[in-house]
Amino acid sequence: MPTPADATPRPLTPLGMLIWFVVAITGASAVGGIALHRGESINSLWFIVAAVCVFAIGYRFYSAFIAAKVLVIDPTRATPAERFDDGRDFVPTNKWIVFGHHFAAIAGPGPLIGPTLAAQFGYLPGTLWILIGAVLGGCVQDFVILFHSTRRNGRSLGQMARDELGPIGGIAAMLGVMTIMIILIAVLGLVVVNAMKHSPWATSTVAATIPIAILIGLYMRNLRPGRVLEASLLGLALLLFAVWGGGWVNDQPDLRGWFDYAAPELALMVIAYGFAAAVLPVWLLLAPRDYLSTFMKLGTIIALAVAIVILRPDMKMPALTQFIDGTGPIFGGTLFPFVFITIACGAISGFHALIASGTTPKLLSNERDMRMIGYGGMMMEAFVAIMAMIAACVLDPGVFFAINSPAGIVGTDPATAVATISSWGFPVTVEQMETLAREMGEATLFARTGGAPSLAVGMASIFASAFGAGLLAMWYHFAIMFEALFILTTLDAGTRVARFMLQDMLGNLVPALGRTSWYPGVLLTSALVVLAWGYFLYMGTLDPLGGINSLWPLFGISNQMLAAIALCVATTILVKSGKVRYVWVTAMPLTWLVIITSTAAWQKLFSPEPRIGFIAHANELATRLASGAIPPEKITQTQQLIFNHRLDAVLTMLFLLLTWVLVLDTLRVSRRALGGHIHPPLSETPHEPTRLAEGWVRD
Amino acid sequence: MHTLKRIWACIRQLSGDDAYERYLAHWHIHHAAEGGEPLSRRAFFKAEQERKWNGVRRCC
Repeated sequence: MPTPADATPRPLTPLGMLIWFVVAITGASAVGGIALHRGESINSLWFIVAAVCVFAIGYRFYSAFIAAKVLVIDPTRATPAERFDDGRDFVPTNKWIVFGHHFAAIAGPGPLIGPTLAAQFGYLPGTLWILIGAVLGGCVQDFVILFHSTRRNGRSLGQMARDELGPIGGIAAMLGVMTIMIILIAVLGLVVVNAMKHSPWATSTVAATIPIAILIGLYMRNLRPGRVLEASLLGLALLLFAVWGGGWVNDQPDLRGWFDYAAPELALMVIAYGFAAAVLPVWLLLAPRDYLSTFMKLGTIIALAVAIVILRPDMKMPALTQFIDGTGPIFGGTLFPFVFITIACGAISGFHALIASGTTPKLLSNERDMRMIGYGGMMMEAFVAIMAMIAACVLDPGVFFAINSPAGIVGTDPATAVATISSWGFPVTVEQMETLAREMGEATLFARTGGAPSLAVGMASIFASAFGAGLLAMWYHFAIMFEALFILTTLDAGTRVARFMLQDMLGNLVPALGRTSWYPGVLLTSALVVLAWGYFLYMGTLDPLGGINSLWPLFGISNQMLAAIALCVATTILVKSGKVRYVWVTAMPLTWLVIITSTAAWQKLFSPEPRIGFIAHANELATRLASGAIPPEKITQTQQLIFNHRLDAVLTMLFLLLTWVLVLDTLRVSRRALGGHIHPPLSETPHEPTRLAEGWVRD
Repeated sequence: MHTLKRIWACIRQLSGDDAYERYLAHWHIHHAAEGGEPLSRRAFFKAEQERKWNGVRRCC
């Protein structure tokens, strides 16, 4: 029989020690090289080496320490999957399969977009935050939540917050999840819209993914039920064809007008699409789209990794830019705290706690697998974030800023824009941008704020150099299609999840609304959810400073707040189970998160700088409106923007309050537990020995 | 050859391609004694999709 000690890695042999010593030295040199390098350009291989070594050491030593000493993983204990094995939700599954499912579920567009936006500070701050944040924060969060949820029959984060902290914690967690979903969908929608505006190629390709998904849905349901692999392969072939077809549409003067829209029009279309996707049956659109985007995502990430290793491109972005002072064009705000808010996914992402509780724990066949799936899964996502950082930084900084700076900052006309950007010390010319746009098959690449287009240009140049030049335009639109595909998947799935939660809440008031089968209820709640994110999306397209400037920080704050909630729950559990000695493992990242979210939220609320403070921006617009400086045709829009900024301020306030309520509740329960007073008891299920033969045969 | 087969089995399981076969195996072990018939491939896949999408499935 295995014993708890089996989870503890064997002590190092002299050879092992030597190998890990070499890894440590190599990692330290690579990180040091990145941090201290101040030349023209730096090779991207440094980043890969630094990430591999840092993550290897973090996994081998820190996660082993957490598994053995802090959580005390027990391979003799039967997991919920074994005890409830119902062949449906609870299924003991091979650890690599669980790893695949878990990784596919946690890695979305977030780790690609955040680092690209944060590259405005230079490559150094974002890279260091991804490396350190993941090892000490994000991976730890995923790992401990996976553990605690598994020990509680796979309960969700909200349920755990209610059980361990009390009703206040539960409500705060649920509200947090709901609002983060709304903001997340809005900002991702905006990223797609900015990639598609006035681009017939991108728009027609993205539009084609809808009928392709429906076709695959029909195929998997009616023609060949459940043949997932062949249907997905067929879908992938059609998607590649759609990328080529978009280029063809772009060349037809009669056709291209059908796919040429301004951002607000596209926003309305995305909203209409979101509503349709939410009320259509899942098999028709959502499920097939998810299959396609998962295959596409894994394939593209692997291809990008291979291409970067083959090509080892030079990074042209400086280590630090002058924008660390808060004047950055993509989003306003100083390096601290905004780099930590901008890169949420990739360093620490609260959303993962929703996957690590609820879904994944029901598949684990042995507690021993948690280390690889929880800690290792997040490590892979951090690796994706490092690759996104590389892809953004291989661009000429001038080009990077020309693509990502909103027109409200650098001016609408190309000559003014390049003059402004060049005056920052990042030389770029109109001809250079025109040539690049032509190569990518676009009319213009200016002011495509959001990260997707600049990432696509970066990926296209890497792919084209590694796998065949001359196809730049195809690679660019492939990258856009790939990002749009899984952003739209998140949009569909997120809308559904938010709808379920809303139905759950409203069901307490009007029982009929809680029934997921009552169609009018489904229509009403779906419409409410779509209107909520649709509003923020539409306003984002009207904002001359680029909606990303206000929406992305809101998203980052809400995601980090969710991580803080998860770590509050984990910290409370550690205290209650008598492991105060190790409480720093979760309390340290929690403290850091509370510091950065509170600082960022405070600045977004009260900074006198209009590009940072929501209230200051609303007041500035109101003053200009009152003084008659706004042209008559813009008056309604300005009034809407003023209202929108005030609403953003209210939301930020809500996030700040929720975080502090949770933190104070954690302190209250912990104090009671330490003082021996009455507190909610630990809700861990009792030990039951595992009977799975596999438990002691493998490894 | 053996390795290739294992990789193929792994891909099928990861993608859910073999979900129906796994369901049949599970049914014969756990539910055959209760009598009745297992779901058809079509009915199983239908029920499976409805169930799988009732919850948080994707992250940002």
